[in-house]
Amino acid sequence: MTDSKYFTTTKKGEIFELKAELNSDKKEKKKEAVKKVIASMTVGKDVSALFPDVVNCMQTDNLELKKLVYLYLMNYAKSQPDMAIMAVNTFVKDCEDPNPLIRALAVRTMGCIRVDKITEYLCEPLRKCLKDEDPYVRKTAAVCVAKLHDINAQLVEDQGFLDTLKDLISDSNPMVVANAVAALSEIAESHPSSNLLDLNPQSINKLLTALNECTEWGQIFILDCLANYMPKDDREAQSICERVTPRLSHANSAVVLSAVKVLMKFMEMLSKDLDYYGTLLKKLAPPLVTLLSAEPELQYVALRNINLIVQKRPEILKHEMKVFFVKYNDPIYVKLEKLDIMIRLASQANIAQVLAELKEYATEVDVDFVRKAVRAIGRCAIKVEQSAERCVSTLLDLIQTKVNYVVQEAIVVIKDIFRKYPNKYESVIATLCENLDSLDEPEARAAMIWIVGEYAERIDNADELLESFLEGFHDESTQVQLQLLTAIVKLFLKKPTETQELVQQVLSLATQDSDNPDLRDRGYIYWRLLSTDPVAAKEVVLAEKPLISEETDLIEPTLLDELICYIGTLASVYHKPPSAFVEGGRGVVHKSLPPRTASSESAESPETAPTGAPPGEQPDVIPAQGDLLGDLLNLDLGPPVSGPPLATSSVQMGAVDLLGGGLDSLMGDEPEGIGGTNFVAPPTAAVPANLGAPIGSGLSDLFDLTSGVGTLSGSYVAPKAVWLPAMKAKGLEISGTFTRQVGSISMDLQLTNKALQVMTDFAIQFNRNSFGLAPAAPLQVHAPLSPNQTVEISLPLSTVGSVMKMEPLNNLQVAVKNNIDVFYFSTLYPLHILFVEDGKMDRQMFLATWKDIPNENEAQFQIRDCPLNAEAASSKLQSSNIFTVAKRNVEGQDMLYQSLKLTNGIWVLAELRIQPGNPSCTDLELSLKCRAPEVSQHVYQAYETILKN
Amino acid sequence: MIGGLFIYNHKGEVLISRVYRDDIGSRQAADSAVFSSSGPFPGEWLEARNAVDAFRVNVIHARQQVRSPVTNIARTSFFHVKRSNIWLAAVTKQNVNAAMVFEFLYKMCDVMAAYFGKISEENIKNNFVLIYELLDEILDFGYPQNSETGALKTFITQQGIKSQHQTKEEQSQITSQVTGQIGWRREGIKYRRNELFLDVLESVNLLMSPQGQVLSAHVSGRVVMKSYLSGMPECKFGMNDKIVIEKQGKGTADETSKSGKQSIAIDDCTFHQCVRLSKFDSERSISFIPPDGEFELMRYRTTKDIILPFRVIPLVREVGRTKLEVKVVIKSNFKPSLLAQKIEVRIPTPLNTSGVQVICMKGKAKYKASENAIVWKIKRMAGMKESQISAEIELLPTNDKKKWARPPISMNFEVPFAPSGLKVRYLKVFEPKLNYSDHDVIKWVRYIGRSGIYETRC
Repeated sequence: MTDSKYFTTTKKGEIFELKAELNSDKKEKKKEAVKKVIASMTVGKDVSALFPDVVNCMQTDNLELKKLVYLYLMNYAKSQPDMAIMAVNTFVKDCEDPNPLIRALAVRTMGCIRVDKITEYLCEPLRKCLKDEDPYVRKTAAVCVAKLHDINAQLVEDQGFLDTLKDLISDSNPMVVANAVAALSEIAESHPSSNLLDLNPQSINKLLTALNECTEWGQIFILDCLANYMPKDDREAQSICERVTPRLSHANSAVVLSAVKVLMKFMEMLSKDLDYYGTLLKKLAPPLVTLLSAEPELQYVALRNINLIVQKRPEILKHEMKVFFVKYNDPIYVKLEKLDIMIRLASQANIAQVLAELKEYATEVDVDFVRKAVRAIGRCAIKVEQSAERCVSTLLDLIQTKVNYVVQEAIVVIKDIFRKYPNKYESVIATLCENLDSLDEPEARAAMIWIVGEYAERIDNADELLESFLEGFHDESTQVQLQLLTAIVKLFLKKPTETQELVQQVLSLATQDSDNPDLRDRGYIYWRLLSTDPVAAKEVVLAEKPLISEETDLIEPTLLDELICYIGTLASVYHKPPSAFVEGGRGVVHKSLPPRTASSESAESPETAPTGAPPGEQPDVIPAQGDLLGDLLNLDLGPPVSGPPLATSSVQMGAVDLLGGGLDSLMGDEPEGIGGTNFVAPPTAAVPANLGAPIGSGLSDLFDLTSGVGTLSGSYVAPKAVWLPAMKAKGLEISGTFTRQVGSISMDLQLTNKALQVMTDFAIQFNRNSFGLAPAAPLQVHAPLSPNQTVEISLPLSTVGSVMKMEPLNNLQVAVKNNIDVFYFSTLYPLHILFVEDGKMDRQMFLATWKDIPNENEAQFQIRDCPLNAEAASSKLQSSNIFTVAKRNVEGQDMLYQSLKLTNGIWVLAELRIQPGNPSCTDLELSLKCRAPEVSQHVYQAYETILKN
Repeated sequence: MIGGLFIYNHKGEVLISRVYRDDIGSRQAADSAVFSSSGPFPGEWLEARNAVDAFRVNVIHARQQVRSPVTNIARTSFFHVKRSNIWLAAVTKQNVNAAMVFEFLYKMCDVMAAYFGKISEENIKNNFVLIYELLDEILDFGYPQNSETGALKTFITQQGIKSQHQTKEEQSQITSQVTGQIGWRREGIKYRRNELFLDVLESVNLLMSPQGQVLSAHVSGRVVMKSYLSGMPECKFGMNDKIVIEKQGKGTADETSKSGKQSIAIDDCTFHQCVRLSKFDSERSISFIPPDGEFELMRYRTTKDIILPFRVIPLVREVGRTKLEVKVVIKSNFKPSLLAQKIEVRIPTPLNTSGVQVICMKGKAKYKASENAIVWKIKRMAGMKESQISAEIELLPTNDKKKWARPPISMNFEVPFAPSGLKVRYLKVFEPKLNYSDHDVIKWVRYIGRSGIYETRC
């Protein structure tokens, strides 16, 4: 009875003794010896020398002994293929045994012996066993085909076993069906192209019937197989869903998850208007919640999957926040996953509860968990604006605890909060600075340095603080070094007088004493910028940062869709496609969600409708740029800042007065600067004249498309054009146009929700632009935007925003945010929206100005095919605030002298030549004179647009 | 599918090793295996060894606490569960159904426990031949097969294999049962006395604010059935499920109003695989042929109208910086005729507690310095009663700025009713082939409500 004794034999000469015992005549002794052999094998001893002796024991009536020998064979046959042949006869004989258990045992074991010579002999017995009268033998034989395929795929095909296996799908016994499905699915994975499973409505029906009858494991095989099927239309999808939903009440979590996979996949095909769709959504929540009462390991698998489901269909679990609250005795891996989901589900409705929980978690013992909890508080602040203040005060409380890692984590997240809500919470900076000394992790140090640099003007001793970091510059990690470099440059640009020495110190540390190319490059960029054009440097380094997105760690949509197809499997646990962790070609077939049927949504083409993301055209996910490369990033995204070509400025390596020339103008730029000329650069003055040449040729194309009729009461309004296609913005489509009416400019937007989820929390922001256009009021979308709904909004604009020259001049970069993400697009606005109402110049003034502007600033244009007479043109132009100052008739031509003024005070003078009497010549000639000649091109385009519409 | 299954002891020594696929083990191992094929170790065995060692080194011997039950080492995935100090690990190189692997590992534990009791190193060593036999039967090429002990025991026993002396009929009966629709029950079971026991076991969870507001409460319950019934009995289980009662009540309006009060809303439930799920889905009736002996018929969860057996009213007062006064009242909230048992109230104390004085009306209370808590135990308490404890806690003056987080007061108890309000209405047994009827079956029903996480913040 006590088999444990077999594990204890360790004496020498053991093999020899075993050999003797194996050859003993007594059955009992033989059996004992084989047990000893198996025990030795288990603990890792090499007992392969006993091969012939063990195989000799195979010919026995004792089933137990036989099984032990088979176990030995499976392990050692490969190493002694010639001897393994000795066993073949017994196998073949056993396959004919009257006892079905023995027949099955023989065919099962034979399949496990991976010796080519044996597999040859396997074919005949296998063929018989596949048609055996006993279901137990058939179900074993079905699996054996998969085994054989693994050894010799060609043989399986040649022998026609695949067809026999396919026939077994229609077997009367549910377990045979299940095993056949499992075997076929696995074989099909290695032959992605061969339509092995050949799923069609009939076979699906058979599978669904077997589903009700087979074991829990069989149900999993069948459900996993069903998930690969592509229903032909939404009706079929619905009927399969209906038959799969009862599985959600199964006690086996794997059955539940596989059923969830089928439902999540087929739901894609159902129209949202269906009652059934809503019912299905409701049915999914309870079983997912129930999975959380399973054993911890399964909870972990479930949570990893729920994480995906929450990202794909947030509506399913949005009311179930409480079940994700962490329990005291949850294993750490469960706690961390729950926390992750809590953040994803956080919304305005439940934020108070979530915050209270997170605060509790921040006092726990596990360091990773506490850190994640602190980070979560920051993420809540960024996600739910209303809670930001409470989150910040919670974080401050936590900083007061002085627990080292809590403080560091808090500082990292506060940096992100500053990014999200600029100029709101900077009052806490003082508290943060108190904790400078306790920071020993690079991320926290870098975050703190960023804060000091960014708000240098508010921190009295910013230079001292940064200097203290500089002492150990070379011992810092790269991210701290980079951040320190940038922070000191920022400080210098803000307080140039006191910090010249500091900046030179850091530049030379970064460029001369460092081996890190990134650091050196950044050092050189700053150096050159500062030495050649400090104003440009300021625009680059202190440029406005892009918004950070509120949802972090979102899985890229295409990957998410693929992972949804892998619910329950390892891929869903790792959140990686199988190709990332499976070797070779096995199981790496790319899966994708089924397309929504065209009948339900005719507006969308079938290719783009389902997931909105055919390969190559996926929406870009712009993740939160929580990293510290904000400045550099902005440099990349922003328009090129023009300056004198680099070639002209020699880089003075190590020169002490490298900033000599630049410093004056830099200080002069600040009104309170000491000395320096009081020269305020006009918005366009920094741009060399040669850039004013024809730009924005794309603009005319844009207006060529417009053929609508503008309103006469205000200036001409172009019809709305699509600015942001739904595909690039996770389903949000934005089209719009600009109008000017009675002195106010507005942006008329049309927002269409083409996604499957409700959109809320809209906001808009403009990048700095040439004319300082900025929203004069927040973007007001009063009700949440439901799927397929469109809302029209008129957003009033002002021209008092920050100014930065754009390329082309009338380019406007816009960021629109909603609950899903932040999206960026750029559009060109017609210049005439900037023509102000008091743009009529006095005659005398006009003449004087015309003469005053140098001739090289005059630009000539032709407006073709415009058969208008002087009066019509004049009145048309006047409605768009281009005023006729005088009119002359010279040699049968009408000359109109006109003036207009832009919102930023730039005057443009025009001479328009019309030949009324000559029908063959309908071209108008336009001469424009302006002190800022780069606007001429756009004024001309405005003329053309107004006159032709 | 599962490539191999290993059982280790706490030291990381292998007790059981069963390899189903030779892809497990890293490529490196495969190379070295080819290299050493003429050497002392046969190739395949060495590869498996490699996976075995990888798990030992990276998980069992890892210094850190286990951070995930799934580990990927060199493109090989390891799933593990731990029972006392025994590790069970399933290994694979494919994208397997992870939930299935864990369910299988649990099932494997259940099967082993059903054969030889506790899963311990000694028991495993003593039964290693049996375990290999079971592994051969319930996992074929890594595909889980029928793993119901009821069926397995018909042909795999601790005493060796039965089947060699069986008649042909017996053999085919075994195979049809193992592969059949009712894999969990064998035919021909006979009892002199047909008897069944139903246990409704609930754990009630609560989080309450100091002001007595319920922050969250739910009951997770299980219906465990022990059946000793002859033949293949068809059973039908009924409870006061709101949906069923309302459906039935439609005919007679009176009844709806009467029974409506007593019915309960079940948030979700799951069933043992013997229950016909499609029937539950369409008719919400629970019908099944039970396995022989004990099994868990269903699990459920409720969140509405929960009877909270106890109410804890805390009062904590800080007297100066070195003293705390705590008063806690507990009130029992159920029928006076019922008795709650094993009541324990745990009142946390600050870390700098130097001394505690306790006075309680009932039971015994003790300050346990090692647990930083006052533990108050009461053996029994009837319904609609109330009891009180007061304590004075002396604190050592500290300069620790960190405020004491005041963990919640937790409670344990056991009550003889179901806090969810669930009632078993009937369990009907039909066995058409044998001559016993529903009336002949002796039925027992028991309700036990236990505390889950039952906390009141203070």
